[in-house]
Amino acid sequence: MDLLSLPMPGLLSGVAVTLLLGVVSFVFGLVLGGLVMLARLSRRRPLRVAAIVYVSVFRGTPPLVQLMLVYFGLPRLDVRLPPVPSAILTFSLYAGAHLSENLRGGVLAVDGGQWDAAGSMGMSHGLALRRVVLPQALRVAAPAIGGRFISLMKDTSLASVITVVELTRVAETAGSSSFRYVEAFTVAGAAYWLINTVLFAGQGALERRLGRAYA
Amino acid sequence: MSGNVAVDVRGLHKRFGDLEVLRSVDLTVYSGEVVVIMGPSGSGKTTLIRCLNLLDEPDAGSVTVHGTTLSYPARGQGRSRRRLVRDIRARTAMVFQHLNLFPHMTVLQNVIEGPISVRRLPRSYAVEMGERLLAHVGLDDKRDEYPARLSGGQRQRVAIARALAMEPEVILLDEPTSALDPELGAEVLRTIRSLAACGTTMVVITHEIPFAREVADRVAFMDAGHILEEQHPNVFFDAPATARARSFLRLVPKGGGPPSRP
Repeated sequence: MDLLSLPMPGLLSGVAVTLLLGVVSFVFGLVLGGLVMLARLSRRRPLRVAAIVYVSVFRGTPPLVQLMLVYFGLPRLDVRLPPVPSAILTFSLYAGAHLSENLRGGVLAVDGGQWDAAGSMGMSHGLALRRVVLPQALRVAAPAIGGRFISLMKDTSLASVITVVELTRVAETAGSSSFRYVEAFTVAGAAYWLINTVLFAGQGALERRLGRAYA
Repeated sequence: MSGNVAVDVRGLHKRFGDLEVLRSVDLTVYSGEVVVIMGPSGSGKTTLIRCLNLLDEPDAGSVTVHGTTLSYPARGQGRSRRRLVRDIRARTAMVFQHLNLFPHMTVLQNVIEGPISVRRLPRSYAVEMGERLLAHVGLDDKRDEYPARLSGGQRQRVAIARALAMEPEVILLDEPTSALDPELGAEVLRTIRSLAACGTTMVVITHEIPFAREVADRVAFMDAGHILEEQHPNVFFDAPATARARSFLRLVPKGGGPPSRP
C-alpha cells in the first residue's frame, strides 16, 4: 500500500467541507437543542408537546433518511436548497434533537436544593436557570455533548450521497478513478481519526475546566 | 424587644396532597428577636419556615414581611404578584439544612450572587460587603475556595454569610448544627450567637437546648401543624405548659449537643 503516491485530488478541500459540515451543524444543533430543552421543561403544554414530537421524530429515524427527505422532499414544497445547506440543515436538526436530550438530562441531574437556594433568594425561574442550574447541568452533560460532536463529525460522511464533495466523497472518487479503494479509504479514515483526536483532546480539557470546582 | 414587626404570619395552612402539614399557624417575629422553633419530626417546622420565605406558598393565611402582605388563597397569578413573592423571598433569607451552596461558585461568589443578580447592587459594593461578611464569620482566608474544599462547619458559615448578604428582615435557619459533629457545631453556634448579639433577627429550628436557652428570646413549640405554646426559653424548658411539650423535652438530651460555652 503506497499511500503517498496515491492521486487524491481535493483531499484538503474535502477535509475542509467535512469540518464545515460538522462544526456548523454542531453549533446550530447546540443552539437548537438548548431552545428545545427549554421548551421541553416549559410550563406551557403546547411547547412541551412540540418539543417531544420533534425529538421523537429526529431521534427515531436514521440521519440518511432525514437527509434524503430534506434534499429530495423540500423541492416538492418549492424550497430548493443546494447540497451543502441541505446537509447542514439536516445534521443541525438531527444533532439538535440529541443535544436537547443531553442538556435536559444535565438539568434534571442538578440537585433540587439548588433551585430552592436560588428561589429562596428571590431569583426568577429564568435567572435561577441561567446563573445556578445551567452551569452545573453543562458539566454533567459535557461528556455526552462531546460524544455527540464526535458522532456528528463521522455522520457528515452521509452527505456524500447527496453529492456534497466532503472527505468520503473525495475518497470514493479517488478510489473509482484509480481502483485503489483500500488506500483511498485508509487515507479518509485516518483524516477522520485525526480530526476526532483533536476533538477528544478538546473535550478532555473542557471537562477538566468544568470540573475544577469539584476536585 | 423593639416594637417593629419583621415578619408576621396569620392563619397559615399548608397541605401536601392528603397531608395537612400546617393547620392555622400564627407567628409574629419582631426586629432583633431570635425565635427558636422546636418540635418533633413532621410537626411542620421546616414547612413553616419555607412558608415564611414563600418558597412554599401556603394554601391559606397571610404572610407579611416589611409591610408587604400576601394573602392566600391567591387571586390570580399575575406578573406583579410573582414579583411580590420574589421580593418577600429576597427579604427573608434561608439557611437550608443541606445548605445548598452553589458548588460551581467560589465562597465569595456564593455570597455576592444574590446581591448582584437579585438586588442589583454594583459589583464592587457587593464584593466589599461579601469580604466583610466572610471576615465576620471567620472565613476571609477562604474567599476563593470552592465549597467542596471546605469543612462542614465552614460550609455552614458560608451559607450564613450568603444569607446575611441579602440584608434580610429575618434569617431562617433550618437545623444549622444537625449535620455537624459537636466541635463544628459549637463553631457554628458561636457564629449564630454573635449574630444574635448584633441584633440580627432570626428564626432557628434547633434541638440544642443549652443554645436555645442562651440565644432565644422565645421558643415556639410545634406539634402536628400547630404552635402549641410560645414561651420565654426559661419558662419553656423549666415548666412547659403543655403535656406534649413535657413529653417531648423528656426525650431531648438536656446537656446534649455542643457545649454552650466552648
